[in-house]
Amino acid sequence: MEITSPQFKENAGRALHDEHLQKALRHVRSNFIVKRQNAVDALPEFDAIRDSARDIKNHTLAHLDLYIEAYEEKVTASGGHVHYAATAEEARNTILAICRKAGARTVTKGKSMVAEEIGLNEHLEANGIEPVETDLGEYIIQIRHEPPSHIIAPAVHLTKDQIEADFRRTHTHLPADRDLSESNSLLGEARTILRRRFLEADVGITGANFLIAETGTSVIVTNEGNGDLTQILPRVHIVLAAIEKITPTLEDVSQILRLLARSATGQENSVYTTFSTGPRRPGDPDGPEEYHVVLLDNGRSAMLGTEFQDMLRCIRCGACMNHCPVYQQVGGHAYGWVYPGPMGAVLTPQLIGIDKAGHLPNASTFCGRCESVCPMHIPLPKMMRHWREREFEKHLSPTTVRYGIGFWAFFARRPRLYQFATRWAMRMLANRAFGIGRFRSLPLAGGWTRHRDFPAPQGKTFQQLWQERKKAA
Amino acid sequence: MSARDEILGRIRRSLGVNGREAGRRAIVIARLAGAPKGVIPKRAQLPHADQVALFRTMAEKSYATVASVAGIGDVAAEVAGFLRAHNLPASVRMGADPLLSEVSFANTSIEVRRGPSDGNDETGLSRAAHGIAETGTLILTSGPENPSTVNFLPANHVVVVRAEDVLGDAETAFAALRARYGKGLLPRTVNMVTGPSRSGDIEQTMLFGAHGPKRLHIIVVG
Amino acid sequence: MPEASTRPKVGLFVTCLVDMFRPSIGFAAVKLIEESGCDVDVPSAQTCCGQPAYNSGDNADTIAIARQVIAAFEPYDYVVAPSGSCSGMLKVHYPLLFAEDVAWKARAEAFAAKVHELVSFLTDVRGMSRVAAAFAGTVTYHDSCSGLRELGIREQPRRLLKTVSGLKLLELKDANVCCGFGGTFCVKYPDISNAIVEEKANRIAESGAGTLLAGDLGCLMNMAGKLQRRNLPVATRHVAEVLAGMTAEPPIGEPG
Repeated sequence: MEITSPQFKENAGRALHDEHLQKALRHVRSNFIVKRQNAVDALPEFDAIRDSARDIKNHTLAHLDLYIEAYEEKVTASGGHVHYAATAEEARNTILAICRKAGARTVTKGKSMVAEEIGLNEHLEANGIEPVETDLGEYIIQIRHEPPSHIIAPAVHLTKDQIEADFRRTHTHLPADRDLSESNSLLGEARTILRRRFLEADVGITGANFLIAETGTSVIVTNEGNGDLTQILPRVHIVLAAIEKITPTLEDVSQILRLLARSATGQENSVYTTFSTGPRRPGDPDGPEEYHVVLLDNGRSAMLGTEFQDMLRCIRCGACMNHCPVYQQVGGHAYGWVYPGPMGAVLTPQLIGIDKAGHLPNASTFCGRCESVCPMHIPLPKMMRHWREREFEKHLSPTTVRYGIGFWAFFARRPRLYQFATRWAMRMLANRAFGIGRFRSLPLAGGWTRHRDFPAPQGKTFQQLWQERKKAA
Repeated sequence: MSARDEILGRIRRSLGVNGREAGRRAIVIARLAGAPKGVIPKRAQLPHADQVALFRTMAEKSYATVASVAGIGDVAAEVAGFLRAHNLPASVRMGADPLLSEVSFANTSIEVRRGPSDGNDETGLSRAAHGIAETGTLILTSGPENPSTVNFLPANHVVVVRAEDVLGDAETAFAALRARYGKGLLPRTVNMVTGPSRSGDIEQTMLFGAHGPKRLHIIVVG
Repeated sequence: MPEASTRPKVGLFVTCLVDMFRPSIGFAAVKLIEESGCDVDVPSAQTCCGQPAYNSGDNADTIAIARQVIAAFEPYDYVVAPSGSCSGMLKVHYPLLFAEDVAWKARAEAFAAKVHELVSFLTDVRGMSRVAAAFAGTVTYHDSCSGLRELGIREQPRRLLKTVSGLKLLELKDANVCCGFGGTFCVKYPDISNAIVEEKANRIAESGAGTLLAGDLGCLMNMAGKLQRRNLPVATRHVAEVLAGMTAEPPIGEPG
C-alpha cells in the first residue's frame, strides 16, 4: 500500500474540505461513542475486566516465545501448518506459494489489517491471482481502489450515495435502471455477487483476533459471517496474523472478547465469534482440507522490552480513533497508511520508520481521551511523546521547532532574563492592542490568527505586579 | 537461520531470556493446564430457570426470534410454522444430529435434505451444543452432526437447543467443550452465534443478511 | 512584628500564560488560597513548568527547568497552580522524568505530593464547600483535558460555582471533548486545531450561556479567540476570577 504519511498535513487539509467525508465522520462521532458508553454502562464489571485483560496480555508478552511454541505444537497436532514470517516480504511469498500449490485462481478474504500492512492483495494480483474482499466495507473500498479509513469500519468515510455510484460503475452486468435507493438493495446486490465468489474460491484468507495456545485455534470476530464463508468453503484456509495475537487459553480469550465488541461498536458481542482448529477432521462433511497459519513478526519483536511494548496489547477495537478529536476531523486516510488515529500514531512509526511517519505522533493534543477509552489501558499519549523524543534526538523535528524550543528554553532556564524579556514583550503587545483587547493578525503568529483572534496581554506581568505589591506593603 | 529461529531469537533477546528457564516454562505450563478464569459478570449467575429466561431475552435483543416448546416432539410443528410465517419453501437442510433425528417431519410436508449445504437451501436446521445466557449466544460445533455450511449458507437458520444445555457464561461452555472433546482439543469449527448476520457498513445503518442468514430462529426445547 | 503564622504556606506556581497574559487570574488565585486559610508566596525563580519542551521531545531542557521548579518550591507546604495542565505536569510527569535519577527521584516525588491544581486544592485539601462571591449571569464550564484526565477534576469547579450567588450554571454539551489548543499543536497543525475549536465554539453557543469558564488559560485563549472571530456573544474568563469575585477586569480578549 502506498505510504502518504509524510503528506499528513496536505492529506488533512483535503479531508477538512471534503463534504462527503465530514458528513460521514459526524455519523461516526454520534454513533460509536454513544453506543460504546451505553454498552460500558450496562456492564458493571467492565473496568475490572479491563484490568484483567491488561494483565493477561502483559503476562503473555513476558512469555511470548514459550506461548508461540505451545501454540505451534497444537496447530501441528490438529493437522495444521504454522509458517513463520519475519518480514512482510516473507509473509507475502509464503502465502503466494501456498496459493500456487493449491492452483488458486481466486482467493476470498476476510477483513485483515495485517494483510493491508504486508500489501498482500497487490502481490497476489501481480502474480495472476485475484483476491476478493468479502467484508462489505472492504469490498466497497476494493472496488474504489482505496485503502481502508478505519480499522473496523473500513468504508466509514463514504456516504450511501457514493456507494450506490460505485456499485453502478462496477456491477455492469446488472440492469442500469435497477433501483438502488434503499441501503437494503445495495446490501442484497453485494450479497448475491459475493455469494458466487465465496463458492468458487480456491483459497480463503482470514486474519485472526486471537491465536489460542491452549488449543492451536484461530479466532475471528465478524458481524457479517463473511469470515466464516471465507474459511469453510474453499479447500485451503490461510490465517494471517501477527505474533501479538497469541493468547494463552480459551478463558483468556473470553475475558478480552467481553471488551472487544463493546469498545468497537457498542455491541455486547459480534454476531459471529468463530474458533477454527486445523483442517476438517475425518468424517467432516465440510470445512477446508488444509489449514495454514502465517505467523508474522514485521517489527513486533523489536517492540518487546522497549518503551513501546505496551502497544502490543492492542486488540484493534478502534475505540481510540472513534474518540480522538483529530481523527474525528480528518478521518483515516489522512494518516497515510494502514493504521490511523492514536493507535496508528504509535504503531506506524515502528513499522515504517519515524522519518516517514513523524507527523502522526505530532498531530495530537495529548487530550488523553484515547487512553481513557482503551480497553487494554494502553498509554497512547505517553508513547506518542516517546516518538517525539526519538525525533528530537535524531534531529528529525523541523528546524523551526528545534530552534524555537531551544530559544525559548534558553530564557525559561534563566528566570531573571526571562522576566526581563517577558515584561518588555508583554508591554509591547499590550500597547499595540490598546483599546481593542485582541489581535486579528500578529506577525509570527499566523497559524493562530488565521482562524482566531489572539487575546492581548493585560500589560504588566504577574511577577512584575507581585514585586510592586510587595514593595508597597 | 529459519524465520522461526529468527523470530523466537529476537523475542528472547528483547525479553532478556534464553527460553530454557525452568521457572518461565513452569508458569506457562501451569496457565495452559489450569486455564484460570478472569472476571465473570454476575449478570448470568442465576438459577437455571432464570438463565433460560435471560438467554431468551438476550437472544431477542440480538434480533433472533425465540420459541419455547415442551419436547422434541413439538419441534416439527414449530419449524413448519416458521417456514409458513415467512413464506419459505417447505424444505430444510440438516446434518445427522442425534437429537434432531428424533424430530419427526412425517406429519408435515417438509422435505429434509441431509448433509452440508451447497448454497441452494433457503433454510438450515441445526442443533446447538449450548446456549449462553449472558449474551444470548448459541454454540454450534462442526462435524457430520451439524455441518458448518448449514449455519451460514441458507438465508434462514433454525437452531434447536435443549433448555438443559443453556449455560450461564462462555467459561462454563468451554469447560463443557473440554469435557466432550478433551483438554486442549476442539472440533474444526466452533461457531458462537449471536443473532442473524448483519452489517453497519453503509452509513452505519444496520442491515440483516450481509452474507450469513438474515433470520435466526431459536427453538428452546424443555 | 506579626506572630509567626501557623497557616500552611503555599507557593503559587503562577504559570507562564497567567504571568504574561492575565495576571488577574494569579491575584484571584492568591485571594482564594488565602480565603481557604493559607499564606501565599510567589517564588521569583519560576518561569514555566516545561511542557513546551517536554511535548516537543526535548527532555534535557525539560529536566533543567524541572530542577529549577522543584528547588524553588521545596520550602513550601503546598504548590498550587491555576492550571490543570501545569499541575498535571508538575504532579504526574515530574516524577516520571526523574524515575531513573538517583539524586532527584525522591525530591521529585516529595515535590509532586505537594502539588495541586487550584480549585481541587480549595475543595479537596482545604475543604472549602462554598465561596462568598456573586456573579449575575449564566455560565458554562469546559473541562480542560489534563485537569480532567490526569487529575480527575470535574465535580469540584461545578460544586463551587453553584455556590456563587446569582450564578446559573448551564452544562456544556461535550464539555469533556478537547478544545483543540494542545500547546504547540495549535500552531503546528492550525487547520485541524481550527476544525476542533469550531466544534467547541458551536457547543458553547448552543449552551446559551453568556460566559465561558475553564481552569486553563491556554484553552481559554484558544476558545475566546474563536468566539470573538465568530462574533459570538460569549465572554470568557478563568473560573478563579468568578470564584474570587474578581470580575472587574474585562473578559479575555476584551479591551480595558
